[in-house]
Amino acid sequence: MRDRPGTFARHWILVRLLLTFFALCFLAAFIHAQQNNSKEELLTLPGEIGRSGGRLVVSLRGEPKTLNPLIAADARSREVIGVMQADLIHINRATQLTEPALAKSWKVSTDGLTYTLVLRTGLKFSDGQPMDADDVLFTFRVYLDENTHAPQRDLLIVGGKPIAVRKLDAQTVVFQFTKPYGVGERLFDGLAILPRHLLEKSFQEGKLGQIGSLGTAANQWAGLGPFRLKEYVAGQRLVLERNPYYWKSDGSGNRLPYLSELVFLFVPNADAQVLKFQSGETDMISQLGAENFSVLSRQQNGYTVSDAGPGLEYNFLFFNLNDLGEKASPEMQRKQKWFREVKFRQAVSAAADREAIVRLVYQGRGAAIWGLVAPGNKRWGDANLPRPPRSLDRARALLKEAGFSWTTGSNGESTLQDSDGKLVEFSILTSSSNADRSKMAALLQDDLKQLGMRVQVVPLEFRSLLDRVTQSKEYDACVMGVASYDADPNSDINVWLSSGGTHLWNPSQAHPATPWETEIDHLIEEQLSARTFDQRKKLYDRAQEILAEYQPMIFLASPDILAGAKNSVGNFHPAVLEPYILWNVEQLFLKNGGENAPR
Amino acid sequence: MIRRRNVRLWLLILAILHGIILCAGFSAPYDPIQQDRKNPYLPPMRPHFVDVGRRLHLRPFVYAVQLRPGTFDQYVEDTTQPRPLKFFLPGDRYRLFGLFQSRFHLFGADSDRVYLLGTDAFGRDQLSRIIFGGQISLLAGFLGSCLTLLIGWCVGAVSGYFGGWRDDVLMRLAELFLALPWLYLLFALRAFLPLTVNPLHAFFLIVAVLAGVGWARPARLVRGIVLSAKERDFVRAARGFGASNFYLLRRHILPEASSVLLTQAAILIPQYVLAEMTLSFLGLGVPEPVPSWGNLLSNLQQYSVLVSYWWMYLPALAMVPFFLGYLGLASALQERSDPYMIERRSLGSLA
Repeated sequence: MRDRPGTFARHWILVRLLLTFFALCFLAAFIHAQQNNSKEELLTLPGEIGRSGGRLVVSLRGEPKTLNPLIAADARSREVIGVMQADLIHINRATQLTEPALAKSWKVSTDGLTYTLVLRTGLKFSDGQPMDADDVLFTFRVYLDENTHAPQRDLLIVGGKPIAVRKLDAQTVVFQFTKPYGVGERLFDGLAILPRHLLEKSFQEGKLGQIGSLGTAANQWAGLGPFRLKEYVAGQRLVLERNPYYWKSDGSGNRLPYLSELVFLFVPNADAQVLKFQSGETDMISQLGAENFSVLSRQQNGYTVSDAGPGLEYNFLFFNLNDLGEKASPEMQRKQKWFREVKFRQAVSAAADREAIVRLVYQGRGAAIWGLVAPGNKRWGDANLPRPPRSLDRARALLKEAGFSWTTGSNGESTLQDSDGKLVEFSILTSSSNADRSKMAALLQDDLKQLGMRVQVVPLEFRSLLDRVTQSKEYDACVMGVASYDADPNSDINVWLSSGGTHLWNPSQAHPATPWETEIDHLIEEQLSARTFDQRKKLYDRAQEILAEYQPMIFLASPDILAGAKNSVGNFHPAVLEPYILWNVEQLFLKNGGENAPR
Repeated sequence: MIRRRNVRLWLLILAILHGIILCAGFSAPYDPIQQDRKNPYLPPMRPHFVDVGRRLHLRPFVYAVQLRPGTFDQYVEDTTQPRPLKFFLPGDRYRLFGLFQSRFHLFGADSDRVYLLGTDAFGRDQLSRIIFGGQISLLAGFLGSCLTLLIGWCVGAVSGYFGGWRDDVLMRLAELFLALPWLYLLFALRAFLPLTVNPLHAFFLIVAVLAGVGWARPARLVRGIVLSAKERDFVRAARGFGASNFYLLRRHILPEASSVLLTQAAILIPQYVLAEMTLSFLGLGVPEPVPSWGNLLSNLQQYSVLVSYWWMYLPALAMVPFFLGYLGLASALQERSDPYMIERRSLGSLA
């Protein structure tokens, strides 16, 4: 019993030591946590709080070509890269407005020439390496380097001069323009910030274009996006896993993304995508055609399909207005004489039954269009653009004014002939893989038959079609569609400018071929350096009106964005901008907590 | 003679079937390329004899259909509007056999269009398209097999009768043709052709391709017959009397092959119709909007059509009676030609 006080004292010392130790540990942890907190500025996203875990499966129409943003040209590669990389300033696909991303804030100088971007602190690449202003400098050096041949380079050359980038401190980067740039901070959207620590060596060796194949080892590839490379099975799938260093959190402070895995299945075509979705093998589907949409909505079975409204895709008919010079055959010269006649094109436009296209091709899930700015683009549409209804009488009157006349053939059909008495016959190319556009062409064929024009529809494999339109220029007319990637009309600048590669009716001209193309060029150049939205809008409206008057592109229709997801997928909000369903991939979650096994 | 009657029976059936197709302008109610944009994917209208009031009508009628509001392809029968089917009534103009102009059609309705087999994506009458499509498909099959047999006959005769190096060259060539992956060759060929092929050229292209690809088998068959026939006693005798090669071939040897060739024709025609359908299905045939059985079926390449509109399968059924007719004729011909050679020839024709 005498021992007791001594024992107690000994114990007391031990307890005190232990307490001190724990206190110290706690303090250290606390300080560490404090430091971490001050270092890591997570971006908090509004929206439904989800559950962590699970794997989400989506399908891609074929394999992406590359993971490398510097050489990615196909939509599939861009979709995959989109979830693996991040940009400084991002366009919110739902609001179509810019938002802070890697840059937590930015300032524009009063003259509009200097953009100062402040980076978030504590940013890390998906391999755990820190990211700072040097990575940004490196990234833009790579993009602007001529030997890299990055598609982003064109965007970064403003007024013929590349953007100058300099670093103020580890978190601050300054972008200097030589001319004010109307697009403003939207420019930064989609420009992935590259990991200097992984790419600098290849850059110096000039081999950047060769890296980033799908077979790259997972530890050799990193990004700032919500997911990182895990596994690639050739011909079957690409598996991405959650990036544990991602820089966004939800409203309750959980680090995003929720999903632990994102799987891209490679399927051959749109129908296969629908089948996979129907059988429950994939959780989400986008870019649904109207017909497949109605198939899916008829038998909704554990999934929901939704119509996000008209998107930014515009489909149009255009004629070959290229200056073919010597190589044009007499027949082609004769045809081009019609095509160059404004009234001829206006007549074709007047005869096109856009309403029937919307109803028969898109089953009513689309909108008729008369201008280049698609109806999904709310801010930039021109309310004053003429939208004349279909009128065969007007079309006939226009043709008559242009010197065309009609004869009655042996079979009792009236056929159109030009002033030299030659029958008006031409062909329309369409992409054989695009059933919608083939249908459009078939409808146009019938519309134009009513004007007495003999039209043949030629379905061609898309690549050879593109080759004919942009390289060999051996075609009469073509039905094509373009999907703008942004709601700012500058994303279509190469369609507008006569020097642009996708100025489809007569691409890459050294000098504008017609006065109205010259005028459009001027308007577009002018708006590039206009400072306010209203100024730009006015210039764009004028350009649209010129296009509507001269009809080098006869705009037809724009489809709705149709998508679907299993009911178990949370935060499914399809947008009309690419990537339609994966734009908020970090917030997507599985309501049943990853039990999304195939049915 | 049961067998002879058999042949006649089959010939009669085929004649009726071909008559329908040949007089497509008359037997089809509408112009096959005319679009009715208000009625896309309209399901087949059912002919009725008994109306909703349970009254019996001697004249069949269909009910008018209306699009269910807010839908694209859901139609409801409007039982208040019966549309009696009329026969031999005037409609779209057409030319029979490319010669006689006429406006009369086998059947139709007065006020509205009737679609007994439904419509396609553009509201074109499926029945008219099937009937007109048959013209292309059957004619391609017929011309293709005639050309094939002609080539096969000549090559086989030369090869079998003269023998020696000619035989070697021709038979190696035939083997080469048998071994070619012709479908891929066709795709390659199409890439070299001019961009726009008008329907007539496309049609003759198909015929030429079918014949060019298929001549090797009949040639080998004919060669075998010629080989055995030229050693027959009466042929030797004729030669002894000083008959020329050409006379021998014409008078004594090739007639031996004629019954085989007839049987071959009856087998080849349906095969070639099927081949035309395959080519058109793959987009190598006559271009839209001209119908052929193959490009009518090519709509089924789209999954949504496949699962939503069952009447788009009907063009596939259209060929069934024709095929049965031809195959029946082939076996009847085979029996008639020589009962003792059935076994050998059926083997030969299957090869």
